[in-house]
Amino acid sequence: MTETAVKLSSRGGPGPRGKAGRPVRSKPVGRRSAVAYLFLAPFLILFSVFVLGPAIYGLWISLHIWNPLLDDHPFVGLQNYIDLFTPGSLTSGDFWKSMGATGIFTVASVPLLLVIPLGIAMLLNNKVRGGSVFRGIFFAPYVLGVAVISVLWRYLLDPQLGVVNALIGQDIPWTVQVPWAWISLVGITVWWTLGLNTIILLAGLKGISAELYEAAAIDGAGPWRKFTSVTLPGLRPVMTFVVTVTILASANMFGQAYLITKGGPGTDTRTAIMYIADQGLTQNQMGAATAMSYLLFAVLAAVSVLNFRLQRDNT
Amino acid sequence: MSALAPTKRRGLAQRTNPLVYVGLYLVSLVIVLPLLWMFLTSFKTDFDAISSPANPIPNPFTVDAYVTLAGGSQPILTWFFNSVIAATAQTLIILVTASAAAYALARLEFVGKKIVFGVIIATLLVPGVIFLIPNYLIVQNLGWLDSLWAIIIPGSAGAFGVFFLRQFFISLPAEIEEAARVDGAGDFRIFWQIVLPLSRPALATLAVLSFLTNWNDFIWPIYVLLSPENLTLQPGLAVLQGTYSTHFGIVMAGAVIASVPVLILFTLAQKQIVESVANSGIKG
Repeated sequence: MTETAVKLSSRGGPGPRGKAGRPVRSKPVGRRSAVAYLFLAPFLILFSVFVLGPAIYGLWISLHIWNPLLDDHPFVGLQNYIDLFTPGSLTSGDFWKSMGATGIFTVASVPLLLVIPLGIAMLLNNKVRGGSVFRGIFFAPYVLGVAVISVLWRYLLDPQLGVVNALIGQDIPWTVQVPWAWISLVGITVWWTLGLNTIILLAGLKGISAELYEAAAIDGAGPWRKFTSVTLPGLRPVMTFVVTVTILASANMFGQAYLITKGGPGTDTRTAIMYIADQGLTQNQMGAATAMSYLLFAVLAAVSVLNFRLQRDNT
Repeated sequence: MSALAPTKRRGLAQRTNPLVYVGLYLVSLVIVLPLLWMFLTSFKTDFDAISSPANPIPNPFTVDAYVTLAGGSQPILTWFFNSVIAATAQTLIILVTASAAAYALARLEFVGKKIVFGVIIATLLVPGVIFLIPNYLIVQNLGWLDSLWAIIIPGSAGAFGVFFLRQFFISLPAEIEEAARVDGAGDFRIFWQIVLPLSRPALATLAVLSFLTNWNDFIWPIYVLLSPENLTLQPGLAVLQGTYSTHFGIVMAGAVIASVPVLILFTLAQKQIVESVANSGIKG
């Protein structure tokens, strides 16, 4: 896609590509580049200081024992990374437990965030009156911040005073015991974000040609056969995108657990992001924390690559 | 549309199964009910919110929670204005810097173009947690800790806006631009008088998405904003929850104040937001 995009863009550029006979001025390459970089400069300055710079600076920090309160940041090479793989070190146990928590959340939420939105998208893909109103309603919670949805559900799910327990007449420890805390966090996240995947999958469904369904019907395919032979293969590229984006979003879970379960009970729902932020910004262990963040990045990158590979092999 | 569409499609699709509507209404209910509950609870007294949680209707109906918030121990109005200022400022910076950069990447030829574009796009794949600690140190060195600068500037440097606008600029017809060039217009005039006016829908969508993102940001502000009067609404809500842990009416009122602006914005721009999200999956 990038390739075609670059080719297309050159159509509009100045220079000798103008149609024969048209008077197209051509400027020297150096001057054209200078103009382009003038356009790029404000963004590139911000980008270098707050995106590119930090990505490299973080790697540098991760090679040190970096306590921001001390002037001296001793260089320790890969020790922070090695510590994470050394059982019994200060950080490894808690870190991998938090990675496990992130893993539990991801494994539990991603399938639900695929199946439920796909079901809703298939409902919306019918000839429905008020379809755009439904789409708007389903998407609405997603535009609310994680703090809003968290304080809301903290109230609804409060074990003693909450609405849900009052409505069902039970004393379920929604936010203070596992597995209930996980059920709550996953359920809230599904409620909050299902609109996003629904919209993307709906667009994918609309892209599947009606002729394919007709052909399947002529071949005598029932609804299930149409679903498995036409719908699912037709959705494959969109599905790859949705799976990747949903895994990454789930792996970045922070606010819900921070505000609703406070990482508890104990540290059972303390996710990797929560642990990294706490170590780096509250406990002042910045070297160890940045090392953790790069390790998390590496795991996520591996998962993404694996996901794309699997999707491609299935085709 | 309802007058035309059915006759056109009736031949292909069968009549919509009523169960489809049942499903859609059920999902709508599950989505809307908690939000409605939040809204109604904000008009309850503390006692009512705790003693009759299963009854959504306030009894008595009161705006005490909002009054308490406005004059209470937590400066929620200040948080609100901080959020408005930060989100607006960041949106403007993104529009200006990203559109200029996207124009260069979409329409100009220059040395190093592939590398610059490749590096910008690559950072879209890097999770935000990587930037948390280094950016904290950078912001601290700039003396921006506990100020709105920390909320406005770092987030305006992201690659998304550039990528989003570049995709749109590329789709604009080259002929108009060539004609202007023949007429002697320079790059800046083409950008300002042709490309930007033609891109109003894309700019508006990016503006709304940027505003929403900044308004809803949580993890970064809870670590870089410290003084109560410097908070934005999202970390402010966390403080409210801590301060008024069992005063649910007040906490819900705070949540309503934080949601109403973005829900209004969403209602106004629903079509653009939904379409740009849908496209992200198709083109992505």
